[in-house]
Amino acid sequence: MENNRFELNAQLAQMLKGGVIMDVTNPEQAKIAEEAGAVAVMALERVPADIRANGGVARMSDPEMIAQIQAAVSIPVMAKARIGHFVEAQILEALKVDYIDESEVLTPADEENHIDKTAFSVPFVCGARNLGEAARRIAEGAAMIRTKGEAGTGDVVEAVRHMRQMNKDIKVLCGLDQAEVMPFCKVNGIPYHIAQQVRELGRLPVVNFAAGGIATPADAALMMQLGCDGVFVGSGIFKSGDPASRARAIVKATAYFNDPVKVMEASKGLGEPMVGIGISTMKEEDKIASRGW
Amino acid sequence: MATRNKIGVLDLQGGVHEHVYHLQALGIEPVKVKDAEQFNELAGIILPGGESTCLIRLLNIFELAPQLKAAHADGMKIWGTCAGAILIAHEITNDKPQLDLMDITVERNAFGYQLDSFNAKVEVPKVADGPIDLTFIRAPKIVRVGEGVAPLLQIDDYVAAAESEHCLATVFHPELTPSLAFHKYFAEKCGIKITTETMERPVRTSWMKLARIIQPVKK
Repeated sequence: MENNRFELNAQLAQMLKGGVIMDVTNPEQAKIAEEAGAVAVMALERVPADIRANGGVARMSDPEMIAQIQAAVSIPVMAKARIGHFVEAQILEALKVDYIDESEVLTPADEENHIDKTAFSVPFVCGARNLGEAARRIAEGAAMIRTKGEAGTGDVVEAVRHMRQMNKDIKVLCGLDQAEVMPFCKVNGIPYHIAQQVRELGRLPVVNFAAGGIATPADAALMMQLGCDGVFVGSGIFKSGDPASRARAIVKATAYFNDPVKVMEASKGLGEPMVGIGISTMKEEDKIASRGW
Repeated sequence: MATRNKIGVLDLQGGVHEHVYHLQALGIEPVKVKDAEQFNELAGIILPGGESTCLIRLLNIFELAPQLKAAHADGMKIWGTCAGAILIAHEITNDKPQLDLMDITVERNAFGYQLDSFNAKVEVPKVADGPIDLTFIRAPKIVRVGEGVAPLLQIDDYVAAAESEHCLATVFHPELTPSLAFHKYFAEKCGIKITTETMERPVRTSWMKLARIIQPVKK
């Protein structure tokens, strides 16, 4: 990897701040997302809600489908590779996607190791439930983090849990004496040099978006007020009654997340949200956020 | 009519903190602009990098575009960086123009994919004394400059920076590099005197100071 490549990749994520990244499964949806004001699209064959419903092994999407989406829009195109599947990542790099999501939404290909992301020039975003997970992914070369939430549910509770956990971990780490940092790193599996960066910055050293269960403008504004830099919306848009209106509304609420009147206006008359699955009724083994290590 | 004596950064989406941080380093406290009435006090506004389709969508939905144009006609200068340069262009190849405030033609995402993003070190004599670092991220190109528009930097077959009497356009991101030269240049174009001698700031993580979860540990 060239010296400045990581920096350029982290900087692309900086330019996405305050924006909404939307899951799309074909060029038509990609155009709707772009037109609605998405800052990027995530190209995948099935949105997480369908992956959940259909079961089976979820893999990288057909490169042909991703290429069609790349041709259809001018905004950045991201695509998902399985955790640890570095050949899927090589294929996505050959396809010149703008960002690879090493994603727990797909079936993991390696139950111990994540991809060595420093071996790539293309940037990676990875999911995390807490500071330790985020810090390990950053040390592996991720240029952007997203809190995992629970994809394909339309229930924001896990996204909130993970964002709050991340913030709490950062607050605790920043409140420690220097002598206490190493044992904290040991317990939480945090690479020491990343912990030192977090202490200097008072936050994660890369852009952090929220993901997994965001289905309404209010959900998006909630995550922004909790301190994330932007949001991913997966099944929430194209599994709803009126995707174009909902997409626009979530973009508005994300930009004006601190303005309740504008978020209220954005929330009006959007039709049916995605049906959703309550997390509290879900079996532990059906949760995908626990994939990744 | 309020006096126009402040610099604003359009705060809808994109690299907002980065511009704010650079302006603060020059001793300016900028206004983060989310509402149209804020245009009235601005001598100049920066339209940051981000996604141009997102920015234009938000400008139109919240009816900021006509008021931004009105403030510009009333003397508010505009600097568009990357996506911002696309917004102010008179013409966009393969798309319809948006704010149409500067007679340039812009080709969106002209270098290709993120893998084609790059850094360069070049001289921009009118703006900075020595060579400065420039960062191009999925950058557009200015492929034509019209009457009343002067190129500030030509690279190969395209113009990377240009200015008219009331506008400045850069396809790269001065807010992502240490040099404060372009921010000083724009502030002075807006009639704001810069007294600080500082012309460089570390930038790798600078914006994060404005997007903290908690105050960092003092070293």
